[in-house]
Amino acid sequence: MPILEVKNLTKSFGKTEVLKGIDFSIEKGEVLSIIGSSGSGKTTLLRCINFLEIAEKGTISVNGKIIFDGASKEKMSDSYIRDMRLHFGLVFQSFNLFPQYNVLKNITLAPSLLKFDTAQNIEKKALSIIDRVGLSDKIENYPCELSGGQQQRVAIARALALNPDILCFDEPTSALDPELTGEVLKVIKGLKDKDSTMIIVTHEMEFAKNVSDKVIFMADGVICESGTPEEVFDNPKNERTKAFLTTFNK
Amino acid sequence: MFVEVSLNLFEGILVTFKIFALTLLFSLPLGLIICFGSMSKWSLLKWFTKVFVWIIRGTPLMLQLIVIYYGPGLVGTWASKMISSGVYSGFLINWLSSWEVFDRFFAVMLAFVINYACYFSEIYRGGIESISRGQYEAGQVLGMTRAQIFFKVILLQVIKRIVPPMSNEIITLVKDTSLARIVMVYEIIWNAQKFVKSDGLIWPLFYTAVYYLLFCGILTLLFGYIEKKMSYFRS
Repeated sequence: MPILEVKNLTKSFGKTEVLKGIDFSIEKGEVLSIIGSSGSGKTTLLRCINFLEIAEKGTISVNGKIIFDGASKEKMSDSYIRDMRLHFGLVFQSFNLFPQYNVLKNITLAPSLLKFDTAQNIEKKALSIIDRVGLSDKIENYPCELSGGQQQRVAIARALALNPDILCFDEPTSALDPELTGEVLKVIKGLKDKDSTMIIVTHEMEFAKNVSDKVIFMADGVICESGTPEEVFDNPKNERTKAFLTTFNK
Repeated sequence: MFVEVSLNLFEGILVTFKIFALTLLFSLPLGLIICFGSMSKWSLLKWFTKVFVWIIRGTPLMLQLIVIYYGPGLVGTWASKMISSGVYSGFLINWLSSWEVFDRFFAVMLAFVINYACYFSEIYRGGIESISRGQYEAGQVLGMTRAQIFFKVILLQVIKRIVPPMSNEIITLVKDTSLARIVMVYEIIWNAQKFVKSDGLIWPLFYTAVYYLLFCGILTLLFGYIEKKMSYFRS
């Protein structure tokens, strides 16, 4: 049974149809990369899965249980949405760390507000996650004292602290200077080795090819092509995928 | 004479300080409530609030003070006349006829609190709307409630951003307290004016500037301290 299954998901903003029926699924421990040009709907798809946007049609299921059904007339309550969001973690392109808190507090804030565990255990866990993203010497620092790459690693740690079933990345390196992307990608790759289930929207083709079990290419709100990295990158069948990859390889 | 004037003005500045402190105490939280009203999703509440803020910001505080002080008494007299001439009767008119002039100090407080709350509400709104959507979304995806996001994530960032405009407004308040004398609340300017009438002295009036300057100087230092306290983060 797939850990996440998305069926026929659609979303419009006004008259613009951004997602035109998206279907995909991912198994536990898999890494899925979503590639495609800007405006293809990748980010909107990720935001719909995280309930930052509410899709119009289609279903989203986690572990076989439908958590979103566009056909349902009932309005989802705030507390229901909050609970369902906890299946997912989301790492933003622009980090969105809380500027007034130091690294440790950024990570422990949500777990302590949600009463995940005792304060001691939350901190213990946070410290071990911080160690995993390689920032043990920065726990007292504030976001403004960190480089972009370090901030993004804190953001990843913050998402991990809530034990999400699926961790989503929305172009995690797009706001970084080229020399800083490496450290973030390394952390993500490290998570794969720990069997985390991840969905990564990215423009880093080389990275997507190396780290993914599955790749989806999106254009104009539909999935044009999906398959293993070898299938999509080395033998694309769809014309648009070919065109997209050629511009990238130039 | 100098000592007598100094002591008299000191008594006056205490009243000034009382108006100042009580106005802040009530208008700071009331401003937040008005601010939420003006950002409400319910358009009726939103427009009601906006019209209210427009009226308060669009008329002089001095006028508001006069209306609040004299208004209820006038309404009461009018209602009593209506009843005695037999034109109307009923629960509403009976209630209106019971209206009396407020206590002077209470009228001043009411006018100042409402007036300043409206100004503060707009500063708050500017501060809240300047926080990026990403901060809210980060809180949302971490499963936090709206209230948690506002109080734990947004509020301190808003406070940091609004300290400069708020300090401006609060320093203006120090000097606006002098309007209280028009309904005969004896603040510092009133106390200085007494000497014009009784002894033909005008210098006590000029002398009040020293008190105002000291008051505002302390506030300026205080705001500088707060800004420095919050300089540890950037948002």
